[in-house]
Amino acid sequence: MDASTSLETHGEDRHHHEAGHEHEHHELGFWRKYIFSTDHKVIGIQYGLCGLVFLFFGFTLMMIMRWQLAYPGQALPVIGEWLPYFFGAGSMPDGKMTPEFYNSLGAMHGTIMIFLGVVPVAFAAFGNFVVPLQIGAPDMTFPKVNAASFWAFAVGGAIMVTSFFVPGGAAKSGWTSYVPLAAIADKGAGYNLIFNGQSLWLIGFIFLITSSLLGAVNFITTIIQLRAKGLTWMRLPFFVWSQFVTAFLLLLAFPPLEAAIVMQIMDRTAATSFFLPAGMIVNGAPVNISGGGSPLLWQHLFWFLGHPEVYVLILPAFGIVGEILANNSRKPLWGYKSLVFSVLVIGFLSFIVWAHHMWLTGMGSTVSAFFQTTTLLISIPSVIILSAFFISLWGGSIRFNVPMLWVTAFLPMFGIGGLTGIPLAFNSADLYLHDTYYVIAHFHYIVAPGTIFALFAGVYYWFPKATGRTMNEFWGKVHFWPSLICMNVIFLPMFLQGMLGMHRRWYDGGQGWTLAGEHIWGLTGFQWNTPISWAAWIMGLAQIPFIINFFWSIKHGKKVNDNPWEATTLEWTAPNRPPHGNFVTTPVAYRGPYEYSLPGRDKDYTMQNEPVEESERRQRRRTEPALVH
Amino acid sequence: MEIPYTISTRPDTGLWNAKIGIWLFLASEVMLFGGLFSAYVFLRLDAQPGEWPHGLLNVPIGTMNTAILILSSVTVVLAWAALKMRRYNAYWWYMLATILCGVIFLFVKLYFEWPQKFSHYGVFLKPEAREKYEQYLGNHRREEKGLESRIEITGHLENHEALTDPNIKEYEIAMDPVNANPDSPAMDRPHFIPLPATDKVAKIEKEDVERISSFGPWHSAYFASYFTITGLHGAHVLGGVLVFLYMWLPVSKKVYQRNPEHLANRVEVSGLFWHFVDLVWIFVFPLFYLL
Repeated sequence: MDASTSLETHGEDRHHHEAGHEHEHHELGFWRKYIFSTDHKVIGIQYGLCGLVFLFFGFTLMMIMRWQLAYPGQALPVIGEWLPYFFGAGSMPDGKMTPEFYNSLGAMHGTIMIFLGVVPVAFAAFGNFVVPLQIGAPDMTFPKVNAASFWAFAVGGAIMVTSFFVPGGAAKSGWTSYVPLAAIADKGAGYNLIFNGQSLWLIGFIFLITSSLLGAVNFITTIIQLRAKGLTWMRLPFFVWSQFVTAFLLLLAFPPLEAAIVMQIMDRTAATSFFLPAGMIVNGAPVNISGGGSPLLWQHLFWFLGHPEVYVLILPAFGIVGEILANNSRKPLWGYKSLVFSVLVIGFLSFIVWAHHMWLTGMGSTVSAFFQTTTLLISIPSVIILSAFFISLWGGSIRFNVPMLWVTAFLPMFGIGGLTGIPLAFNSADLYLHDTYYVIAHFHYIVAPGTIFALFAGVYYWFPKATGRTMNEFWGKVHFWPSLICMNVIFLPMFLQGMLGMHRRWYDGGQGWTLAGEHIWGLTGFQWNTPISWAAWIMGLAQIPFIINFFWSIKHGKKVNDNPWEATTLEWTAPNRPPHGNFVTTPVAYRGPYEYSLPGRDKDYTMQNEPVEESERRQRRRTEPALVH
Repeated sequence: MEIPYTISTRPDTGLWNAKIGIWLFLASEVMLFGGLFSAYVFLRLDAQPGEWPHGLLNVPIGTMNTAILILSSVTVVLAWAALKMRRYNAYWWYMLATILCGVIFLFVKLYFEWPQKFSHYGVFLKPEAREKYEQYLGNHRREEKGLESRIEITGHLENHEALTDPNIKEYEIAMDPVNANPDSPAMDRPHFIPLPATDKVAKIEKEDVERISSFGPWHSAYFASYFTITGLHGAHVLGGVLVFLYMWLPVSKKVYQRNPEHLANRVEVSGLFWHFVDLVWIFVFPLFYLL
């Protein structure tokens, strides 16, 4: 523990004694140990399991929608008869989807995937589990706040799921909840003022934002305060850097959305007009409101979160990819400092690009020019990161184990997603592509085969630390290859559909749109829906090996030592299934995070806690003075 | 297991954990209230001439509340300083003073300022009907002087049943002085202390009325922002009071006896929060009461 200063009185000693006393009776009950735990590892796993369940749930919603897009108006066989029991009689009468239910599914797919799936897994789960271990800390700085963060998330998630079962069903105004549509949806006769889809969506969000806030404060403080001795900023693993910047994005970008959500709740319950213009007519009758509000205000506040949020989704993925890439190419990560500074620059720039989501609102050419410029600027650090990753592969002796397969797939997939975003950054090109399937394909390439592939890589990679066993390699590959192929069958054709002008929110899959009848690559734009849908369903099946592998391996996987991947960072110095407090001896860092294949060593990895001997120091001072501190 | 640097400082950063934590939290709070204040600016710039009300709040009461909050910021620093000097009794009294200031602030807000608004009504006239009520609006003179025209007649609604009964054809409003003497130069600027409603009653036909509304959040973008921002600010004051109460109660004396620095640190971080809440009010007061 830290050296006692003069301020630490004997009271502190008594505290030590109490802690020791507690240690003897360490066995906490089941509830304290696994459910209401304050241990960062348990909280990380809780976040991870919940997040993965939500990811599959959100994906299931989309699999149901894909039936309607491929076979509009036809009854969904077998499952269609069961769904009304779940989602209410108004959802799929006779197995045929109603437009309202389609809208609910679309809005909730986006909300659940982003806020209940990817963010909890990428940031909260991996961040909680890995970051304290990687920096050599015994836990987060505020363990109780950490638990509160998880439970706020759990309540928010429960509210979101509950909203499917209230009269009228879940929110229907898209994951962006654009006003005035969202402010007047689910209102009036037959709707409860609070217990309706849209209001519950807003209230659920308050909890999710609280959860993010508590998590972000904890992460940043932990990284600043609890780094092990010798672990200077430039010796931090890249993953820690990416989580550090992500935490700042969550900390600063979410509150303006919270402000907007409070205002929308006021609009819906207290009859204010923050987002409602004067003279609004709903269902042919003027609404009794004061007016004077602005729908554009919501868009500004929403995208002020919305754009940093995109980087919240991708930065942790960068971090995971960096770790696994260095480990499996058995080389130091190329351009570590460039990577760190790129992530910092992305973090800053992501706050000043938000209005590129709003080209169609007529903000004026000056505003557009500004945001167009910043948007293009932010592609520079992103390209630096991707290039550094590719160069890291150069000349490595690559081990293609399962985590590495996901990571190698991540690189080109993220590349496609990033490059197809450039036309959208240009105001003039976006006018045509806005709100088409092109946009869907673009951001899904970043989030689905990008981020989610990185998440799978992370699960396979850190699984041994959490359980002491590895996941099965063969079934990992059975999970990987169909997922990779299906992802591309799903999203590549969407670029074509988008360029035909097919709109992303159409209920009939574009059946009634003339241009969707144009042939591209042998099928019409509308007909492309069928292979896309089948690929989505097959990809759903391809997740079954993962689910079985995951749970089976917890008990029956191959037992491994504390450092099965022969990695260098500090989490691998802790025992597998680290105890409360993590490390047997407090770790000290002597070197950078990726010292792979150091010349003159008997093994090809040198862990951060291995001291630098005098002979090595002398040699390195000659060849690479910057690395020796 | 124990977390390092909960009470003592980490040598290379010079900080203990909660101090970083609270500053980060405050950064996030700045963004929250920043979002709301930007909305205020956005809506006010968007408002049509005459739409943004002035002088409807009670400036002396607002001033008093401002003074009370500033005073409480001083007492909380004194409480912290007393702890640093290990004078628990002095701490106890200063903390009590802080809590009382917070409670008085909330009391004034909830029992004097907010409820008055809900019994006060404004009648928005249709543009074509404004000429008919020129005697209450005084727009001819205002136009000559280059002032914004008035679109609303405010005061106490005498016949509440008119709100629900379609058979009653007009609203009876005991007008505020601004509509009772619309041509008086004294009414050109908002009054420091709002004058009470007069007994001069205006009868306004329903068909001339665009909208009638009490001064609740539904009245205008101005009152919507006022209630949302002061409401959220009030929730923060309440939160601060509850935290201070916990530190003032005997439970916290045990923390003090175990390690006085621990309690001092707790008071320091919650004091930082309290200063922030105070600072938000420093923005609220001019934006809603004065400008």
